[in-house]
Amino acid sequence: MTIRCEIVSQDRTVFTGDVDIVVLPGAAGEMGVLPKHAPVLTTLKFGVIKVRKGGREEIFTVAGGVAEVQPDIVTVLADAAENVEEIDVARANAARVRAEEALAKGVPADTDVYLAMEAALRKSNLRLDAARRYRKNSRSPYSEQ
Amino acid sequence: MASAREMRLRIKSVKNISQVTRALETVSASKVRKAINAVTATRSYATKAWQVLRHVAEQPGRESLHPLLAQRKSVNNTLVVVITGDRGLAGAYNSNVIRFASQRFDLNPAPVKYIAVGRKGRDLLIRRGKKVIADFSNLPAAPSFADVSAVGRLAVEEFKTGTVDEVYLLYTDFVNMGRQIATVKKLLPLELEGEGLVEDFGNKSTGPAAAYEYEPDMRVILDEIIPRFTALQVYQAVLESQASEHAARMIAMRNATDNAKELVGALQLAYNKVRQQGITNDILDIVGGAEALSAK
Repeated sequence: MTIRCEIVSQDRTVFTGDVDIVVLPGAAGEMGVLPKHAPVLTTLKFGVIKVRKGGREEIFTVAGGVAEVQPDIVTVLADAAENVEEIDVARANAARVRAEEALAKGVPADTDVYLAMEAALRKSNLRLDAARRYRKNSRSPYSEQ
Repeated sequence: MASAREMRLRIKSVKNISQVTRALETVSASKVRKAINAVTATRSYATKAWQVLRHVAEQPGRESLHPLLAQRKSVNNTLVVVITGDRGLAGAYNSNVIRFASQRFDLNPAPVKYIAVGRKGRDLLIRRGKKVIADFSNLPAAPSFADVSAVGRLAVEEFKTGTVDEVYLLYTDFVNMGRQIATVKKLLPLELEGEGLVEDFGNKSTGPAAAYEYEPDMRVILDEIIPRFTALQVYQAVLESQASEHAARMIAMRNATDNAKELVGALQLAYNKVRQQGITNDILDIVGGAEALSAK
């Protein structure tokens, strides 16, 4: 018994496949979805989606969005989603430094720029944390530094 | 008749022009392909978002679902998002969009305001004395969703605050290399019934919609999805328009190259005649001179 899982972001399909369980960072907390789950529509927080099939587990970062759960399918409409293995640590790091510098310089709060920088900072932090915690290849993403 | 030297220069300059136009044609050809791929990549999100919205729409008590879904009783102001290119040299691409806008909205019962995406469209609208409230020019060549999302956000904002009661999206639909059609779509309020925006999103349903549980609640979820879906439609329209623009430019440049070749042929012929005439005259001169000498 499997459940179909589809993760799409605005510009591409990130993941499709039949899996055993999907764990979502729902608005009301972590939510494990098994086949024949009751229909739910939930917003997602910044976090990771875990998809398990057999003994294999794949991890995706998601920067908010919406998930629709039906008995036979989970559809994730993500604002930005990425397989942990694909995360470019160097780029995420650079993005974080850039955002931190910009915020430190004192952008007036409540402007679009401030919000955008803050979101960028949260996003790169999320990606870095996820890469550090879930990467399968043994080398730490920070080892190069 | 022009002198041989002038004609030689003219031929050279026409040849140079044809080289430039041929280069532009090649560049556009590869850009069309990229733009089409980008459109295709957005389809899956659009399809899914549309399905979720449809499922929600089938829930009971949907009359007061969301302000962005509500039809207004009277339309006092109309907003049109017009998507054109930043650059010319694309045949009739830009003027077609504006001509279509005129046909469609000049006789609109409610006053019309415009948001221009693309420099050419902005200039043409202003020249025609239209009211342009915002201008998004100089988008990058292959815009990301983030580059374009501000357009959708502004449209949603205008609609929410009640400054406008309906929003249309005017763009160029890419049919194929030789055919691009200026098209209008209703963006807001979002109509969940009928075809409207669905067209090729595909109607495959993921089974009957059961009653949902909402976390945290329906309003918040719709607040997430609908503005994004709207922004995505704008994004898709921008990509379609870009594909159309590049295709139009490619065709225009190909025609220009062909014309230049023809012109070079004609000029070359004329030049050869002038040159031959010169030689003949020279020979006549020499022969005449020699004869005058020997006749002495």
